[in-house]
Amino acid sequence: MTAPTTLHAGATRPVGSGVGRLPRALHPLAWWAWALGLMVAAARTTNPVLLATILAVLALVVSARRPEAPWAGAFTAALRLGVVVLVARTLLQVLLGAPIGLSVAFTLPSLALPGWMAGVRLGGLVTWESLVLGACEGLRLAVMIACAGAANSLSAPSRLLRSVPAALYELGVAVVVALTFAPHLLDDARRVRAARRLRGHDEGRLLGFARASGPVLDGGLERSVALAAAMDSRGYGRAGTVTVRQRRTQAGLVLAGFAGVLVGLYGLFDASAPRWLGLPLLALGASIAVLGMRAAGRRSPRSAYRPDPWRGPEWATMGAGLLVAVAFVLTARADLAVAVTPLTWPALPVAPLLATLLCAGPAWWTPPLPGQGPDARGWSA
Amino acid sequence: MSAVRFERVTIAYEGADRPALRDVTLEIPEGELVLVVGETGCGKSTLLRCINGLVPHFTGGAMAGRVIVAGRDTRTHPPRELADVVGVVGQDPIAGFVAEVVEDELAYGMECLGVPPETMRRRVEETLDLLGLAELRHRPLATLSGGQRQRVAIGAALTSHPRILVLDEPTSALDPGAAEEVLAALQRLVHDLGMTVVMAEHRLERVVQYADSVLVIGDGQVTVGEPAAMMAGAPVAPPVVELGRLAGWQPLPLSVRDARRAASGLRARLREVAVATPPARIPAPSASGGGPVVPLPHVVSGPAPIAATALTAGYRGVPVLQRLTLAVGPGEVVALMGRNGAGKSTLLSALAGVMAPSAGSVRIAGRDPHALAGRGLLGTVGLVPQEPADLLYATSVGRELADAEHTAGAASGTAAGLLEALAPGIDPDCHPRDLSEGQRLALALAVVLAAAPPVLLLDEPTRGLDYGAKRRLVDLLRQLRAAGHTVVLATHDVELVAEVATRVALLAGGEIVADGPAAEVVRSSPLFAPQVAKILAPGPWLTVGQVQQALAVPG
Repeated sequence: MTAPTTLHAGATRPVGSGVGRLPRALHPLAWWAWALGLMVAAARTTNPVLLATILAVLALVVSARRPEAPWAGAFTAALRLGVVVLVARTLLQVLLGAPIGLSVAFTLPSLALPGWMAGVRLGGLVTWESLVLGACEGLRLAVMIACAGAANSLSAPSRLLRSVPAALYELGVAVVVALTFAPHLLDDARRVRAARRLRGHDEGRLLGFARASGPVLDGGLERSVALAAAMDSRGYGRAGTVTVRQRRTQAGLVLAGFAGVLVGLYGLFDASAPRWLGLPLLALGASIAVLGMRAAGRRSPRSAYRPDPWRGPEWATMGAGLLVAVAFVLTARADLAVAVTPLTWPALPVAPLLATLLCAGPAWWTPPLPGQGPDARGWSA
Repeated sequence: MSAVRFERVTIAYEGADRPALRDVTLEIPEGELVLVVGETGCGKSTLLRCINGLVPHFTGGAMAGRVIVAGRDTRTHPPRELADVVGVVGQDPIAGFVAEVVEDELAYGMECLGVPPETMRRRVEETLDLLGLAELRHRPLATLSGGQRQRVAIGAALTSHPRILVLDEPTSALDPGAAEEVLAALQRLVHDLGMTVVMAEHRLERVVQYADSVLVIGDGQVTVGEPAAMMAGAPVAPPVVELGRLAGWQPLPLSVRDARRAASGLRARLREVAVATPPARIPAPSASGGGPVVPLPHVVSGPAPIAATALTAGYRGVPVLQRLTLAVGPGEVVALMGRNGAGKSTLLSALAGVMAPSAGSVRIAGRDPHALAGRGLLGTVGLVPQEPADLLYATSVGRELADAEHTAGAASGTAAGLLEALAPGIDPDCHPRDLSEGQRLALALAVVLAAAPPVLLLDEPTRGLDYGAKRRLVDLLRQLRAAGHTVVLATHDVELVAEVATRVALLAGGEIVADGPAAEVVRSSPLFAPQVAKILAPGPWLTVGQVQQALAVPG
């Protein structure tokens, strides 16, 4: 029984040179760490050149390492959403923003508002400065959305689930099932709408969707029940040797840890937050969470099939993400903001720019994807 | 030792007027392939779900008696605690998939059971080979064809090394080729690995020959026996058995191979008859067994019912149909055949105007169906999709029928009359979801036919139908044809094609690769030939009815 297993357990792989080049999927956590690093960077700057560089880096890596799978379209979808956000943010600035600077672009008819809304301005003078500021802030949001889209595109949410520690596994499954529920619902909605047309009901798009909602939700519910039955039949949620109390303690530790991580991240994103709220709390939360997960993992009856290895490319990818985040956090706020008064071409801080460019590295140094031919879509020479 | 034991099991669901299973006692020995047979709604699924404890732990309902599976009582063991001894494959495999990729899906059950990683790795490789899935290992599940999905679902149940495998209609949705793949894999499990397999299936012609015993459920009661003995007296039987009964063969053959050996005498007799009177292709509706006459209007002849020219269509920019040309005349019943994913459903959608062609044109009775809407569309072409329930959304059968009559502008009572002829005795206050598959199809047909479209399109109409419902469908299609309607049906069911189709179009890769009279196209195909044709080859007969008629001719 043990003889054939050694054949599969890695003994056939050449050790050392070339290991990183064997086709395999990069560890999803590495992609998420990388994308999160870029997101932190984007959150801290309104410099359009830096933001554009981040976007270019994202696009490059996604086009090089995106699998041929249904979820790979997430990046494109995020870009579309980003454009909407950018336009909306700029419009808001034009309509409601206080005028900054002196170079008038155009004048909108302004609306006289009742006295109790004295602080609010609608229309009126629009300056180039406020236009640029609005667009840059919109761009920042769009790039942050693109970061999330890139992470989704590069690794399926369910792959991330495989690296979720056992303590959070059942919660994770619930989240992933919920995530796949929405696209299924959309498919159902299209099918039912087509069927309504066949029945001779021709209402507009919106009304059609509204009328179809009954059968669609019915179908979705039935699908969920079928999935739950299938998962139950396959052993999901089997009790291990863990007592209820142990399980609760572990879950409590993990959740507390994650709360710490979340607050820490908030501290990092928000430049006005006190310093201790950033990195220190992040580190504390992470260590509590890891502790809880370790404890839970030891007692869980689950095992993992071909866990994604964490090797050089993963370290490098995560490192790049970390580096870019640190570079942007340490650079003075003023150097990263777009200068609008007076309106000048933005200065280029060197360290953040270099760190951002380094983040394009995964397009080269990560292994090519399996099942798509050797280096079929990679950028490696 | 028995793998599964039912001891006086009675299952009653809340709100049902009679129990789904009544006082069932049975034993399934280890290593047997048991086929569960019965009409829809007879309690087949309930019986299967009892084996891994989904009934009553998951579905609710009251249970008396007990079920012992591999020595464990299902009353005290919920499904998850039986996962290591019972593997379950549901009717719709995609609904039960948890992972995104084939390989991960195969490993999921083992992960839940905590199988050591090295063992998991080995078993996944073995299962990939056993079911011929090695090439698909990295493929996302959403991109697989029906047969591949079914095999992945079976593989996913197998990797946990269960002792009992339970399958609910594993081949119903599959084309003949894919069904044979799945059945071959199952047979290998039973013969080589000694696995106990319990399987429910309507397509008896595909599976009965592989069964060690047949379990018939009727009205909540269960009888078990040898396949040949059970088939001899069963109200439903595949064509090979019906032919055997007609010819009086003893013992009753269950496979084409056995029947061919017994049929040399019959073939000789039929050869003489065939020279005198070649078989009529489709019997007139009156000869089809005295079914109820459906009130159908006669179609007035006009422009060609269906004319598709150089039709190209697809989803999200990927063409499914490629420059396809098809013309269908009045009174024709055309069967579209071909493997899953060949473009049959897409062609029907394009013909019904659900999707616009990206190139080429579609004309139904001279009009573009995609440009039609409302009553104009209803009166031109009707489509019953693969899932008839999609067409139904009212909260009761009565409201559904009334709504259909209203939108079609038909006289009140038209749809209700159609339904009464197609499936008599349905309570109009009943919710469409509570109907059986056959009743739901009948309701969808009644709703569509209320507008009297001269062109009727059916997508996989026999999926999930028992033999009784299928006979009524065959009868309706013959009557439609006699009234001058044009019918196009996409189907995998070769026996249905033999019964009703005048013409067969074989699709592959979005193109028509063969198109001709049904008898010629199906008889020359090893996959699509019906059982009677295989047994009596090279004779021209396709159905038992034709043989019966031929033998009745004096001479």
